[in-house]
Amino acid sequence: MTAAATLLGVTMRFRGHTALTDVSTTLQADTITGLLGRNGAGKTTLMQLLTGHRVPTAGQVTVLGAAPYENDGVLSRMCFIKEGQRYPDHFRVCDAVSAAAHLYPNWDQPLADQLLTDFDLPGRRPIKKLSRGMNSAVGIVLGLASRAPVTLFDEPYLGLDAVARQLFYDRLLADYAEHPRTILLSTHLIEEISDLLEHVLLIDRGRVLLDADAETLRSTALTVTGPAAQVATFGAGHAVLHQESMAGQTRAIVRTATATARQEATTLGLAVEQTSIQRLVVAMSLAAAQPATPSTLDRATLQGAHR
Amino acid sequence: MNEDAGPIFRQVATQLEDAIVDGSLAEESQAPSSNELAAFHRINPATAAKGLNQLVADGVLYKRRGVGMFVATGAREQLLKRRRSEFAEQYLTPLLAEADKVGISIAEIVQLLRERGGRS
Repeated sequence: MTAAATLLGVTMRFRGHTALTDVSTTLQADTITGLLGRNGAGKTTLMQLLTGHRVPTAGQVTVLGAAPYENDGVLSRMCFIKEGQRYPDHFRVCDAVSAAAHLYPNWDQPLADQLLTDFDLPGRRPIKKLSRGMNSAVGIVLGLASRAPVTLFDEPYLGLDAVARQLFYDRLLADYAEHPRTILLSTHLIEEISDLLEHVLLIDRGRVLLDADAETLRSTALTVTGPAAQVATFGAGHAVLHQESMAGQTRAIVRTATATARQEATTLGLAVEQTSIQRLVVAMSLAAAQPATPSTLDRATLQGAHR
Repeated sequence: MNEDAGPIFRQVATQLEDAIVDGSLAEESQAPSSNELAAFHRINPATAAKGLNQLVADGVLYKRRGVGMFVATGAREQLLKRRRSEFAEQYLTPLLAEADKVGISIAEIVQLLRERGGRS
């Protein structure tokens, strides 16, 4: 695997506020990565750094082999669809499409036409007059049809209904399968999108909390339920992220590094379920926010499943 | 896909195995491509490919360069053999565990099986 983009020790400070602290990560070429994290975690800042909209306070950003800031050679191969993307006031849908057609070297017009039909977008309607969901759909059309080697979607579905979101996921998957490229997608709708992701990058208050293969995450996150004592016995050997008890029964969300953990829990008489990526992300974000972290939980354990 | 049925790539492989066992995917016929599987299950194509590669490693599928994946001759027999050998672990272990918990004896289990199955 080759890297499409890397951040090395990147810190981004604004006046009186640090948005990212010492972030190092790699986006592998031709993968779909989910950029997850709470509001204000630094997701948009990270995307702005990758797309050369900002220069980091410290550290190094490399995209397609070079620094992206004011670098046309890199930026022409990238497409960034911002949250609530704005267009010039007089722009109709067709104007945005033809502007994008000029801007992106890999632009695919037939795909754009197909997507406009799929999303029921009226070409001659001024974008200003579109509903929020339709405005988001315009961004999705441009982002997909750009076929840019590195495509970033920052919460691209604001206001989109469930049907349109499913359409977005299906079209994204189909076109990505035919034309593999590097896609970074920030989202709060983790449950909907987790099966599409190959990699997960979770940031929390400007720091990387999790940077791992989606499949690995699924296999290392377990939810165990059973008598409190047995759960405690099992929990002692693993990273317990979250637990709650009722009527002598305890349920714990656990990250394990061992392949035998599932069997180990079953032997203790615990009910074992797989933990969804969404539940894992919520548990990890909450655990990171707690001032008194359990002793089993340190940064190294949390990031356990690193590449 | 199903959150509770193990890794997604394993689920993809298991479903293809099911199709081979029940004969809907015949030996020497072409298996779905990773892109077809990805679109159908709405999963990442790399995950679908991992499921297919698992079956190749198991000798259930084989690659024809530039054409795709095909079901190996003897794959059905191989899968049946494996599933028979896994039967006890997969079905009898939980059965016995529950029977122990609620106090059903082996003799009673045998009796129940005879009644249900109508076999001797």
